[in-house]
Amino acid sequence: MSPDALLYFAAWIFCVGICLVIVKRNTLLMLVGTELMLNAANVNLVYFNSRSSLPDGAMFAVFVIVVAVCEAAVGLAIMMRVYHFYQTSLPDQISELRERT
Amino acid sequence: MSIGQAGLYFFMIVGGISATAILFTRNIFRAVLMLLATLLSTAAIYILLGAEFVGITQILVYAGGVVILLIFGIMLTSRLSNKPLNISSHNLAGGLIGSLSLLALLIFCYQDLNTVYPSGIITYPAIGISLLTDFAAPFEFSAILLLISLAGAAIIAATNFRRHEP
Repeated sequence: MSPDALLYFAAWIFCVGICLVIVKRNTLLMLVGTELMLNAANVNLVYFNSRSSLPDGAMFAVFVIVVAVCEAAVGLAIMMRVYHFYQTSLPDQISELRERT
Repeated sequence: MSIGQAGLYFFMIVGGISATAILFTRNIFRAVLMLLATLLSTAAIYILLGAEFVGITQILVYAGGVVILLIFGIMLTSRLSNKPLNISSHNLAGGLIGSLSLLALLIFCYQDLNTVYPSGIITYPAIGISLLTDFAAPFEFSAILLLISLAGAAIIAATNFRRHEP
């Protein structure tokens, strides 16, 4: 077994996250995509750390999880506020700052 | 192939399939449940790799916190307007080209990477000691960041602004 399979797994998860952020038209699913990308980065951190006896990579993964939670909470709060304000969850329709051509 | 390696492969397949299913499902609630499956299988991978603390934190924080928050978001936004949430796709070509080229680049870079099968296991005492010695400052900073962002999220979500009149 080559443990590189885990690296390919993380790469696949990361690419699915990027594809979700680019392709989906819902702010909630874009948030899901960012969570997936952070998760893929965590898989890499834990995988490379598992070859040493120091817990540095695992610690960094825990801090990444904490920051991901902060991002999800603030992102969802902003999403709710934007939804109240514009009555839409489509990012394309929130175009108040766009230059009118 | 030992049981641990078989479990690693099993959870990789489950996580990969459920992450891919998020892209194709039409139901946003199902998408969040697929995200939950991905996060739980990733937690199982962490535990099989020897990082039990990270795996348990993943289950507690992601499965218990973030997914519940996302489901709250779905329920609140779909209740405001009685129409179903729009989860159609756009920019399909751009998204596919961007993500698949990044995947190809990553796989190309992984080709000449020398790795050995992981063997180390991280114990709880080591994590506790390093949290309070080497990582004391990031630990405190992340605690303050978490407090600020959760309080700020509650304030942003609870304040009643006047509705926008175009």
